[in-house]
Amino acid sequence: MKVHHPTTLDEALAAVEAGAVPLAGGTDLMVEVNFGHIRPDHVVGLRRIGELSSWEDRRIGAMVTWRTVETKGPKAYAEAARTVGSPQIRNAGTIGGNLGTASPAGDGHPFLAAVDAGVELVSRRGRRVLAWSDFFTGVKRTARQPEELITAVVLPERLPMRHAFGKVGVRNAMVIATVCAVVTRDEDGATTAAFGSVAPTPIRAPRAEEMISAEPKPTESALAEFQRLVSEEVQPITDHRSTEAYRRHAAGVLARRLLERCLR
Amino acid sequence: MIITFELNGAPASARVMAPVSLLDVLRDQLGLPGSKNVCEQGECGSCSVILDDEVVCSCLVMAGDIEGSTVVTVEGLGEGLNPVQEALHRAGAVQCGFCTPGIVVTATDLFTKRPRPDDDEIKEALAGNICRCTGYGAIVRALRGLAEVER
Repeated sequence: MKVHHPTTLDEALAAVEAGAVPLAGGTDLMVEVNFGHIRPDHVVGLRRIGELSSWEDRRIGAMVTWRTVETKGPKAYAEAARTVGSPQIRNAGTIGGNLGTASPAGDGHPFLAAVDAGVELVSRRGRRVLAWSDFFTGVKRTARQPEELITAVVLPERLPMRHAFGKVGVRNAMVIATVCAVVTRDEDGATTAAFGSVAPTPIRAPRAEEMISAEPKPTESALAEFQRLVSEEVQPITDHRSTEAYRRHAAGVLARRLLERCLR
Repeated sequence: MIITFELNGAPASARVMAPVSLLDVLRDQLGLPGSKNVCEQGECGSCSVILDDEVVCSCLVMAGDIEGSTVVTVEGLGEGLNPVQEALHRAGAVQCGFCTPGIVVTATDLFTKRPRPDDDEIKEALAGNICRCTGYGAIVRALRGLAEVER
């Protein structure tokens, strides 16, 4: 068993290149270890690397915890952070770890999708920023290469004027989303709607977005059409947590309510 | 590998031969069984400890990664009963008692950072601590009483 405790990104990258498993907050990795699914014997802990925990303007370091996002993040991102796990989980879990796990139900993903955020990846060969849509490639699969570390989330230069997050689940704390969503609305009416838990990766609802963006003051029937299009565009499955039909319904209702919140 | 860290105010070290959790090391190597092992997936909060000033589930902390850190367990909250323990004791806020150490650690951290929490803050702070006897009423009453004393 070898665990590296680097204080610089360069040391961490060398360890990853040599095959060490990156460890962020541990809230996903250790569940796999405790349940006997994996047994990593070469690990690199990332929490001592100052650069990864820093938050400069629109570049949020990968080791920033949900607790920090909850207290200082943009509104909808903070709202999403507030629903991650429990206080204990938010104190440990990080935005980079959340991206690395890439669960379809990750509460942080819809915000990144709704505002078109990027994911910064670094290896010893260089640095690249992928659009969120190129980063997520499937259920718990991403475009991160084995020798790369997720180093930051990069927000766009300007965020839409209004944005809101919502989540449907069976209780407030410690719940994995049945559906979660972020809707944004800008001054000119441009609207985005992004969803978690309704497809293998986070997804947007482009037809619903296009339709409602053309409505400067959405009427009752426009809102109903927006809801209908969202229900049609999401791609949920039936599993132990919910059914496809319920998820379609809930995604539509949730998106409409979040839009109404943005319009208020 | 040997890891060294600060445990309940004193230097500590442990031999870590596998990717085990901090919880396992506390209980099996360091003779501190106060932190309980229940769900091993961060759902229940029974293994809560204070790591570098934040409450976390020790079952989700890889022991090999705590080099140089500061850990406080329920055994390290002071001599005798602290005010949180006293309040829980007086209110009879214990049924089977298995979740109690985690609740004591979490609530002690809450009152350290926010001496006069309101009911919502108490419930929110304890959202990650499950009492399978569902004894929440007495637990919240005990902590509400303590918050009122602090006021």
